[in-house]
Amino acid sequence: MNVPLRHQTAAQQLTIVDCDIHPAYRAPADLHPFLPARWREHMTTFGEHLRQGLSGQLAWPRMMAAGMRLDAYPEQGPPGSDLALMRRQHLDANGVEYGMLMQLSRGGMEERNLDFAAALSRAVNDWQIAAFVEPEPRLRAGIVVPQEDAAFAVTEIERRADDPRFSQILISPRSSDPLGHRRYWPIYEAAQRANRPIALHVQGFSGGHASTASGWPTYYMQEHYAAATGMQTTLTSLVLEGVFERFPGLKVALIEGGFTWAPALCWRMDKHWERMRAETPQLKRPPSDYVREHCWFTTQPVEEPDDPQHLAEVIAWIGWDRVMFSTDYPHWDFDHPQHVFKFQPTEEQKRKVFRDNAKALYGLP
Amino acid sequence: MKVPYPGAIDCDLHPAMPGMAALLPHLDDYWRDQITNRHIDKSSFILTSYPPNSPLSARPDWRQASGAPGGDLDMIRRQALDPFGTRLAICNVLHGAVALFNADMAAALCAAVNDWTAAELLDREPRLRASILLPMHDPALAVAEIERKAGDRRFVQVLLLAMGEMLLGRRIYWPIYAAAEKHDLAIGIHAGSSYQHAPTPSGWPAHRLEDYIAQSTAFESQLLSFLAEGVFQKFPKLKLVLIESGFSWLPTLLWRTNKTWRGVRPEVPWIERPPAEILRERVRLTLQPVDAPRGEAQLLTRTLAHIGSDRMLLFATDYPHWQFDGEDVLPDGLSDEAVRALMIDNPLETYPRLQEAAGMSDNANATMALSGRVF
Repeated sequence: MNVPLRHQTAAQQLTIVDCDIHPAYRAPADLHPFLPARWREHMTTFGEHLRQGLSGQLAWPRMMAAGMRLDAYPEQGPPGSDLALMRRQHLDANGVEYGMLMQLSRGGMEERNLDFAAALSRAVNDWQIAAFVEPEPRLRAGIVVPQEDAAFAVTEIERRADDPRFSQILISPRSSDPLGHRRYWPIYEAAQRANRPIALHVQGFSGGHASTASGWPTYYMQEHYAAATGMQTTLTSLVLEGVFERFPGLKVALIEGGFTWAPALCWRMDKHWERMRAETPQLKRPPSDYVREHCWFTTQPVEEPDDPQHLAEVIAWIGWDRVMFSTDYPHWDFDHPQHVFKFQPTEEQKRKVFRDNAKALYGLP
Repeated sequence: MKVPYPGAIDCDLHPAMPGMAALLPHLDDYWRDQITNRHIDKSSFILTSYPPNSPLSARPDWRQASGAPGGDLDMIRRQALDPFGTRLAICNVLHGAVALFNADMAAALCAAVNDWTAAELLDREPRLRASILLPMHDPALAVAEIERKAGDRRFVQVLLLAMGEMLLGRRIYWPIYAAAEKHDLAIGIHAGSSYQHAPTPSGWPAHRLEDYIAQSTAFESQLLSFLAEGVFQKFPKLKLVLIESGFSWLPTLLWRTNKTWRGVRPEVPWIERPPAEILRERVRLTLQPVDAPRGEAQLLTRTLAHIGSDRMLLFATDYPHWQFDGEDVLPDGLSDEAVRALMIDNPLETYPRLQEAAGMSDNANATMALSGRVF
């Protein structure tokens, strides 16, 4: 499927794939048509049952406008809920050829009641298609599944596997066990069978464990950073538990968790694995090999060294074929495609990061 | 590569922790009764973070037929001090007491460990210095331990674990930092966990290797905590030393905190300048482990350039942990200036109490350097 671009200006010679766009409901009732009556009532009567003390809000309030771009608020509803505004403000204006939807809230990933989680998962997947992908074919959905119920997750992945409008499978890196744990393996097996990458996007709600190894942070500044440390331990678990040895066709996209830490983490894993291989015989090769083969990283929020060339060096260490541009639209820390890199990438590097890597990973035409 | 000349200051050396029999003489009657009557003296007090037979815990050629690696002073001299021409070494005696839940028992045992360290290590080997092992359950008890030991100037810092009950920047801990600052003691945070929380934000990993890898993320979380809570502003003389933390993860932290700070300044208004500037001035990291590929000096050189300061690294062997082989304690790719800084200048600048040692005995130092083996 090749979608002609609208309103393309001369300045935008390169069309892009945006690997992180957040749709939103205009109101929670938007999900009602996709929920059985029993769960509609449950949602109204009891609501979500999360692992935190505050109901219906984030425990670390965001810095401005609930963490949204001020100019992304439509006349009605929250940012991300108005497709016309999203088209005008982002898809058209920034030459987005494909936008990968990251539906985070009310998809069941953090819900404690697993039956409700399953109902939410189905509903959210139907809703993404109806509200966004059907009217706007540049957008691609993700199959949102509750990782804590692997059996249901497998049925939902299989249910959507033949629908090319779903490009990947979303589970939460804030899981109840590290994601390399074998209780999650059926999900990876299903992902491999369905030929879809697993997308791990940082989460605002916990799976029951503090965001640091020494408990809960005080400030949003710390919680924001914990997305990067949590992504590192999640990747470590996937690699050292031997998930990629077990599922050689599995691909993982790490989204909004930072990426400049990846080389140092690989060096650290390799160095200490060398001494500790007897504990992890499931690995046949150095840990960094699996990361290089199986993992992709999105750019936003891009790190900004004083010397921009340092960022170029680190991307080269990761591999120019493994980094994918993302904006995080409509969130407050949106990265703009024309200003994201303060150094001058080559034309080939630009093509890869802004478009070709994502097209290859997701099999986009 | 080897150290090019003698005189290094080793900022992380691990004598084996004393057995309970060695600690009993340092306990009062009440605790001696408790420990023996409850058979607590039959427990090993080994930290889960450092299983004794694990490859990480001791280098094969530093193990011996009987006794723990680093378990006697002659062995420490022969294996850890003499081969590197070490002029001073800071002993970090890790003990499982810090992972108890009973605050009073933990404090009594930490005090005994510190007294044992003074009597059995510092009194017997003039090249040794030490950290004060602190019980962190109750800040009042921790402050009391600092006050009790601070008069002994051979203790140069306090010693905490990277993974504990609460993030260390929290205000509840500030009396400890006030006491440390008053006495010119650095705050040393060493790898290791009391496992009061899962080591990762998604729970408990299966392998010890995963726990060890996760230590660097725990150090990142602690740096963010000290920074965001405003500890560096409240205690302008305080130095923070990350021990056995690795350092190749640091550039990302400097870049990320600088960027995030621009967006979150109203939340943490006491941070009045770019965080990386503050961290470069106030934070130090010990050299080993060097988490960079061997034989690719360029990667290390570039990582140091990304860190953007020659002042942050402190020479350390991490003896007897297995972080390097032979005498190649320094990674390839360091400039002569960087080597000199990390071996000597940075430790002296970080630990005011080491400067006293240097100042008091210039002659002794000169003699020591001359008598050191030829490199």
